[in-house]
Amino acid sequence: MEFDRYFSSGSLVYQAHCQNCHGTNGEGLQGLMPPLTDSAFLKSNKTTLACSVKYGMKGKITISKRRFEGQMPPNDLAPIEIANVLTYITNSFGNKMGTINSEQVEGDLATCR
Amino acid sequence: MKKLIGAIAVVLLWNACKFNDNSKKVLPILGNRHAVTKVVNGQSVTDTIYQTIPAINYINQYGDSINNKNLEGNIYVADFFFTTCPSICPIMQRNMLNVYNAFKDSTGFKIVSYTIDPQHDSVPVLKKYADKLGISGNTWWLLQGRKDETYQVAKSYLVSVQEKNPAGEYIHDGYFVLIDKKKRVRGTYDGTDLKEVDKLIEDIKVLKAEPSS
Repeated sequence: MEFDRYFSSGSLVYQAHCQNCHGTNGEGLQGLMPPLTDSAFLKSNKTTLACSVKYGMKGKITISKRRFEGQMPPNDLAPIEIANVLTYITNSFGNKMGTINSEQVEGDLATCR
Repeated sequence: MKKLIGAIAVVLLWNACKFNDNSKKVLPILGNRHAVTKVVNGQSVTDTIYQTIPAINYINQYGDSINNKNLEGNIYVADFFFTTCPSICPIMQRNMLNVYNAFKDSTGFKIVSYTIDPQHDSVPVLKKYADKLGISGNTWWLLQGRKDETYQVAKSYLVSVQEKNPAGEYIHDGYFVLIDKKKRVRGTYDGTDLKEVDKLIEDIKVLKAEPSS
């Protein structure tokens, strides 16, 4: 029940803030925008995903065995919206990580570097 | 049975009309126009002069100079972007890739993307961007030139671009503009809408088939 609510709200946040670059199916855009289909990356970075969404990302990363560099802009979203969209992303495009709720997001945001 | 025959007849008829419609399709000529009357062999003849794209002077991602000569005899699609654009550009490029993939092996066709941030988008930056986008060869040019010239060119393409807004973002239309061999605007398409881009691909085929009189 909680999951469904997070997931469906998250799909709307995704359309509004993520889809332009990361694509309808999380496929990314060639070598410019990384895909969101690398489940291993998402799992091992689970506690920093909220910070990446809120404050953006910069520098080199390896996703799906490909190198990406560049900049992801910050997204000024509320913790609940971040929780929604992370639940959506981490349970779409072949990912299956369960609910990421707003308490977890608030905890993670407190540790952003 | 009668009903079935009726249905088949309707489908056949509809298909026939559709086919007819396609083969006769002519793209409109857009933009301003004016009539010019001149005397040819003692007779006065009135001609329509259509709006055309002015002379351009740019550099592409390989560092080559590009002017109207390089585009002569080509049908091309133009758009405006900048490499650090976070909003509509990625979706425009994703859709433009469909156009690129449909025509990259055909002759007489080009895609021309003008950067509206020439200060940042130098030749090496554009080349790197092209590589990451996965485009090569000379079908798709990323062009860098003077900003004021680009704004003028945009106007002739019936596209609107403006200076940075207070948030530091460039405002620009996400339109793809189809130009014929005579440098006339033959269509504008919302580059963020996949359906419009599919229509563009169909219209390019129509324009390619147009006799070059």
